[in-house]
Amino acid sequence: MAVTTLGRSGHRLRLMNRLKPGDWLFTALVSAAAMVVLVVIGGLFYELTSGAWPSIREFGPSFAWDTTWSPSQGVFGAGSFIVGTAITSVFALVFATAIAVFVALFLVEIAPRAVARPVSYLVELLAAIPSVVYGLWGVFVLGAFIRDQLGPAITRAFGWAPFLDGTPLPTGLLNACLILTVMILPTVMAVSRDVIAAVPRSQREGVLALGATRWEMIRLAVLPYARSGIMGAAILGLARAVGETLAVTLVIGNRVGIPDSIFDPAYTMASVIANQFTEVESDLHRAALIEVALVLLVMTVLINVVARLLVWRVTKGQRAVVLE
Amino acid sequence: MTGSLFERSETLYRRRRAANRLMTGVMVLAVVVALVPLFFILFYLVTKGIGGLTLDLLTQDPNRPGRPGGGVRNAIAGSAIMVGLATAIGTPIAIGCGVFLAEYGQNRLGTVIRFLVDVMAGIPSITVGLFVYGLVVLPQKGFTAFAGALALAIILIPIVARITEEMVLLVPRSLREAAYALGAPRWRTVLRVVLPTATPGIVTGVILALSRIAGEAAPLLFTSLGNQFFSTDVFQAMDALPLRIFVYAVGPYDYWHEQAWAMSLLLVGAILVVSLIVRALFGTRVTVRQ
Repeated sequence: MAVTTLGRSGHRLRLMNRLKPGDWLFTALVSAAAMVVLVVIGGLFYELTSGAWPSIREFGPSFAWDTTWSPSQGVFGAGSFIVGTAITSVFALVFATAIAVFVALFLVEIAPRAVARPVSYLVELLAAIPSVVYGLWGVFVLGAFIRDQLGPAITRAFGWAPFLDGTPLPTGLLNACLILTVMILPTVMAVSRDVIAAVPRSQREGVLALGATRWEMIRLAVLPYARSGIMGAAILGLARAVGETLAVTLVIGNRVGIPDSIFDPAYTMASVIANQFTEVESDLHRAALIEVALVLLVMTVLINVVARLLVWRVTKGQRAVVLE
Repeated sequence: MTGSLFERSETLYRRRRAANRLMTGVMVLAVVVALVPLFFILFYLVTKGIGGLTLDLLTQDPNRPGRPGGGVRNAIAGSAIMVGLATAIGTPIAIGCGVFLAEYGQNRLGTVIRFLVDVMAGIPSITVGLFVYGLVVLPQKGFTAFAGALALAIILIPIVARITEEMVLLVPRSLREAAYALGAPRWRTVLRVVLPTATPGIVTGVILALSRIAGEAAPLLFTSLGNQFFSTDVFQAMDALPLRIFVYAVGPYDYWHEQAWAMSLLLVGAILVVSLIVRALFGTRVTVRQ
């Protein structure tokens, strides 16, 4: 890189360097390190596909929608886990994004630096808490709150609605939905904040010069410009929610079947693997669980690819350190 | 005529200002809503965890299940060993990968690798656990701390690789050109000039990755499994703090729950202290994410 800027002498330098064994070895070493990434991802797909093969052969594509999961009869379908994952992660996606975008707008457009930095730090602290600690808190604190306060309030107000009735159990879908919302909030917030901060100042100034209020400026200049990036942020959050394991395993109640109510115990793809894999009843059971993992892997990779492309489109040219 | 036009524009203006104030209020409310869970999590961690945080917790091994007392020395030691081993395995690869991306990555291959690193960062940790189970545990016919460390290393690599790339790219070009001007070949320039300059940033990245994998239990479930006894043998099953929290959280005994809270307080406290130190030393560009 730097060598090329040196012009002709740089070319000669590069030619000389090409002959040096040290440079050759160094290039080979770092390239090998980069190839490890390729090998790991390839190996992951290969290993899970070959592990899941007996189940793939036995059940075919209907594995994705069949809701029977019976280790004793040797019949396996991931339908109810896919439904459980879909409900919990879409719930988290919607609520986390709604909150996170407003927080991000507050941090970028309203708060003075002295407020924005600590608030930003505090929200991001949520991302530093391990999954299993969220699970512990969900079981013992949030669970009791749902059983005693939140649940009864929901059934009183919306009990007539189909999915909002039933007995509020401490662990179940609702608990998992709320925990996931909190867990992905910092991811969506941080990426949205960077995307909103990347909106050019001229966009804002143009609308302000026409006499817009601050909210009108946000609505007319900031949000349209940042929209695809915010969608990317939301989808990154979705990928986290889909793959989240231990917190959900602890709070979702772990029951096979399609839930009738937001309070019912259920299973997600990740939680059924965590819960059953160490005590499989047959080789087919193990293969079926690995197939669930394969479906999960394919889904999260697809979601991530879409999200990265969206975020890249808005923030391209700007490098921000985003650690997932 | 003019009066009514004036009145109309006056109402419109008032409505626009009201909308502005309302939405400002919604934004402030969103901040409050986002911070309430943090407050309650930290509050319960401290109030429920502080009582169990005794010297015994750190220095004793678990009692036979059902007999109150004992500690989690095995889990603390296990976490330290596996996180250390994972760092030893993962960091060289990650730094190599980051250097590759920064030095040789301004082309199509680099874009592909960079994208794959991002994809790797998004892979659910439970599938990484299953991968290592098939790769190491099945052929070796046993759960080992080594397998656990390998799974953690796979999670660490994309984090450290990306931060290394960023930090290497931040090194001023003039430093490199000075090295080239002295006749240094590229590999010496990178190893002796570029990497030392980028070291503080890379160290930050490694520390952040450490605090991330220290909290991971999902990749350990099927690799290191957990172990009720103290063990330092990396070719045996080994315990880890997050694993023990998981076991104790679902277990039937009250003293288990108390110890689970105490372990969580210990873990979160350590992670927060690390993140505060990193932040104080290196600024706000970098944050810890689980």
